[in-house]
Amino acid sequence: MAAETEYEPVIGLEIHVQLKTRTKMFCGCELSFGDPPNTHTCPRCLGLPGTLPVINAQAVHYGIMIGLALGSQIAARSQFHRKNYFYPDLPKGYQISQYDVPLCSGGRLGEVRIHRVHLEEDAAKLVHAGSSGRIHGAERSAVDFNRGGTPLAEIVTEPDLRSAEAAREWLTLLRTTLRAIGVSDVNMEEGSLRCDANVSLRPVGSSELGTKTELKNMNSFRFLAQGIRAEVERQTELLRSGRPVQQETLHFDPASGSLTPLRSKEEAHDYRYFPEPDLVPLEATAEMIDAARAQLPELPSARAERFAGALGLPAERARELAFRPELGDFFEVALAADAGAEPAALANWMQTLVERLGDGADPASSLVTPQAFASLVAMVSEKAISRDAGREVIELLVAEGGDPGTIVEREGLGAISADDDSLSAVVAAALAADPAAAEQVRSGNMKAMGPLVGYVMRETKGRADGGEINRLIREQLGL
Amino acid sequence: MLERHQVDHVARLARLELSDVEADRMATELSKILDHIEAIRSLDLAGVQPTSHVVDLVNALRADAPHGSLTPEQALAAAPEPTAAGFGVPSPGQGAE
Amino acid sequence: MSSDLLQLSAAQAAAAIRAGEIDATELFAFYRARAAADQLNAFTWVAEAAATAAPAGAPLAGVPVAVKDLFCTEGVPSQSGSRILEGYRPPYTATVVRRLAAAGAPLLGKTNQDEFAMGSSNENSAYGPVLNPWDRTRVPGGSSGGSAAAVAAGLAPWALGTDTGGSIRQPAAFSGIVGLKPTYGACSRYGMIAFASSLDQAGPLTRDVTDAALLLRHMVGRDANDSTSLELPEEIRLPRRGELHGVRLGVPEELTGSAGGIDSGVRASFEAALAQAQALGASIETCTLPHAPHALSAYYIIAPAEASANLARFDGVRYGLRVAGDTDLDTMYSRTRAQGFGAEVKRRIMLGTYALSSGYYDAYYGTAQRVRTRISEDFRTAFSAVDFIVTPTAPTTAFELGAKSHDPLAMYLNDFCTVPMSLAGIPAISIPCGLSDGLPVGLQLAGPAFSENALLDVAYAIEQALGFDGRPALSAGGAA
Repeated sequence: MAAETEYEPVIGLEIHVQLKTRTKMFCGCELSFGDPPNTHTCPRCLGLPGTLPVINAQAVHYGIMIGLALGSQIAARSQFHRKNYFYPDLPKGYQISQYDVPLCSGGRLGEVRIHRVHLEEDAAKLVHAGSSGRIHGAERSAVDFNRGGTPLAEIVTEPDLRSAEAAREWLTLLRTTLRAIGVSDVNMEEGSLRCDANVSLRPVGSSELGTKTELKNMNSFRFLAQGIRAEVERQTELLRSGRPVQQETLHFDPASGSLTPLRSKEEAHDYRYFPEPDLVPLEATAEMIDAARAQLPELPSARAERFAGALGLPAERARELAFRPELGDFFEVALAADAGAEPAALANWMQTLVERLGDGADPASSLVTPQAFASLVAMVSEKAISRDAGREVIELLVAEGGDPGTIVEREGLGAISADDDSLSAVVAAALAADPAAAEQVRSGNMKAMGPLVGYVMRETKGRADGGEINRLIREQLGL
Repeated sequence: MLERHQVDHVARLARLELSDVEADRMATELSKILDHIEAIRSLDLAGVQPTSHVVDLVNALRADAPHGSLTPEQALAAAPEPTAAGFGVPSPGQGAE
Repeated sequence: MSSDLLQLSAAQAAAAIRAGEIDATELFAFYRARAAADQLNAFTWVAEAAATAAPAGAPLAGVPVAVKDLFCTEGVPSQSGSRILEGYRPPYTATVVRRLAAAGAPLLGKTNQDEFAMGSSNENSAYGPVLNPWDRTRVPGGSSGGSAAAVAAGLAPWALGTDTGGSIRQPAAFSGIVGLKPTYGACSRYGMIAFASSLDQAGPLTRDVTDAALLLRHMVGRDANDSTSLELPEEIRLPRRGELHGVRLGVPEELTGSAGGIDSGVRASFEAALAQAQALGASIETCTLPHAPHALSAYYIIAPAEASANLARFDGVRYGLRVAGDTDLDTMYSRTRAQGFGAEVKRRIMLGTYALSSGYYDAYYGTAQRVRTRISEDFRTAFSAVDFIVTPTAPTTAFELGAKSHDPLAMYLNDFCTVPMSLAGIPAISIPCGLSDGLPVGLQLAGPAFSENALLDVAYAIEQALGFDGRPALSAGGAA
């Protein structure tokens, strides 16, 4: 019997990012989140008769920054189009978007090629308002135009992703990158980052693309992975049982984790794009591109490479620090504060600090200064305090701030050094307290060291260095 | 020549309810107009750039500075179905397609 | 006194107010009374009083202006001749109307028009047709028919209109007054309820060329609210030229030959006007605009296509008419629009939607845009040999009410001579050049982009030489 065909997922992402401008894409209403309905509207963003759009320069600036961060080609001249369809959240009956010539084309982030990045306006929010009690009992909805007209950058990738996990990881990198360059809050829960996925399967080794489906409404990183996984399974089953995949749009239901097809009666897909006559072309001048470039910080992927390369951090640790710019920044200030600092040690202790501060906290807004942190790590490296004492000091720094040296002195956490007789005395006491263990160690069972070392640690409140304890036990047992 | 089924499709795209009589008349009238217009399709326009704008302007941009907004009452002043939550509409996806 | 006021042009009235000879309040009241007694259905709304007194020393001195319905005016009905906007009062005022008010021209009233500016007879208004003051059985032209009739009949000193394919020039011609369509971008479109965005331009409808220049001067200029607006290279001057020595006037054979269907009376007036121009020193030359005969086709693709999108916002959600609000969403949309729009508007929405729809875009819209390029090139070439293009404004004089309302294509052919200039975005003016069977004939003059001053000068010289008498319409009046 022939082996079952192995399929490979082919995944591309379409990401909508709300830009962090002060005002909307085509009018001067302030952006808002969570404000009462229709408190951020004007004749323009309500689509009143006679009004005209005017492009927000800052949105263009952010668009160019995104393009540069993704290594895209910035179009010398691009144009806005009208995308025509009827929906209550679309006040003009068309969305102003870019079509044949987007602001940015091509590029790459990590392993994924970028197809294009273009600017457009967000739709308003349509909220379900329940049954009206009117004659036909028609269900009612209500439109809140606060969000309508928020600037969006749509980022479209090439279908370069091969698994749900890879998609999730790559989206994390994109989010980090966009956050680092400061163009968006990129918060999936609040909708400032939204991601659709195009998924198809093909036999492993084949280069042809299969029929793809479009997945929508996966509004968290977890749901994105869940949705793609479910769709890959569904398509695999279809293909294995010899049934074709239909090209369709699927809606992800976070409650059930299932995918349901949106109505396929889609003659509404004839968007009748044509050049927006109310706007003149956009020319990205050298000055505009230079200004955008000047505002780009070091990008997370470049930083991770530098941390791994120049500083010799393990790749995983390098990414952890680089992909959270606030951690990377804190780390680098601490590194600079101590000329002799060991980057790897500092990076390891960053992990401890992050754990103590709690998920997602920014160390820069804690009581711990990078200088204090660096001097703590130095004390451990110089064996002035033990690792356990180091952890204790971090906890105290997080709670009250201050200088690690002062804390060590006040708490009596200084390491008991090997040439201190008192440590020899404690070791001797440990051997006396557990003669059985001592005997086993003597006869070569090094596992029995554990209880002996533990005794010493307890007695010294963790101030003794593990290596030193080991050495003294062997010495006293005559090994 | 515009067929009746094309008229129906276009009317649906444009969200215009047409009676049978109107749709038939529309097919006749639009066909006559299109017959006249079609002549331009025989012109040799190879290599001619399309004109979207007659003005030679680019980069009409505005500073990212906020202006005031309307109050919800002002925004909803002309609305057929004003509600506390916003502009009332029949829920999409309701009723007959 | 009253009949004296009526005889004053707007510029003369402004001068008389500044000289203290007449009072701005009195002038407003005089025209308000005439507008309120309108028998031509030229007005859809008349102001009770001037909203604000003209600032001291204001250049327009308080001479009121009638404004085409489609200009949004805060708190005042702005319905664009449509049922779908019945009673709609916008929360803001169009830039051009604001500029005129600031220059001392308060709003007198809103004038009737073809629905959404789609028409050449003003019979497509949801608020009834407008009658031509020269002959009330005839149309005043369109779509700015209310503005044209109001000025011709002395119901307003001057008026604002908009021109997309001839909607200022053709009604000016039919009504025996002056109408100017400026260079595209000269006047802000902010607050004009859009028909076809790449073609729409505001302009003056006035009794004479001087008034047109004066009103235009205070309309133009870049507006941050309209990305397609621009600053003219020089201020609009009042015309003063008395001769035309060295001026080359080009008569394009494509627009004045047999294809245009120009009737004999119109041709006779046109040729007499050319003879006058020649007598003033102008040379009359034949020129060619090879693609002009295709302008109408390109126009009737581009304008409806843009209109189909511009009119999508009338959906019964935020303002205006709503029908069948208790049914499902799509039925609400389709019935609201079916009942809110008139037949011509529906026809153009259908035509435009079709031209943009999947599979037809290149054949129609793409082709039309390329024809538009060719037409602009034709004008550029022509203007290297001649200074201005001259044609009759319309192939006929005002036709009878109902004569063409059942034949859309025949109606469209009215725009044969005016549409090419619209597509090219260049300025064009219509001035009355005589009568044919007692009905006014219009002479159209067009120049290169931004040539408004020179165009006004030439039009002025010809106007002075022709001495057209508009008093029959003034005295026939429209006021009861």
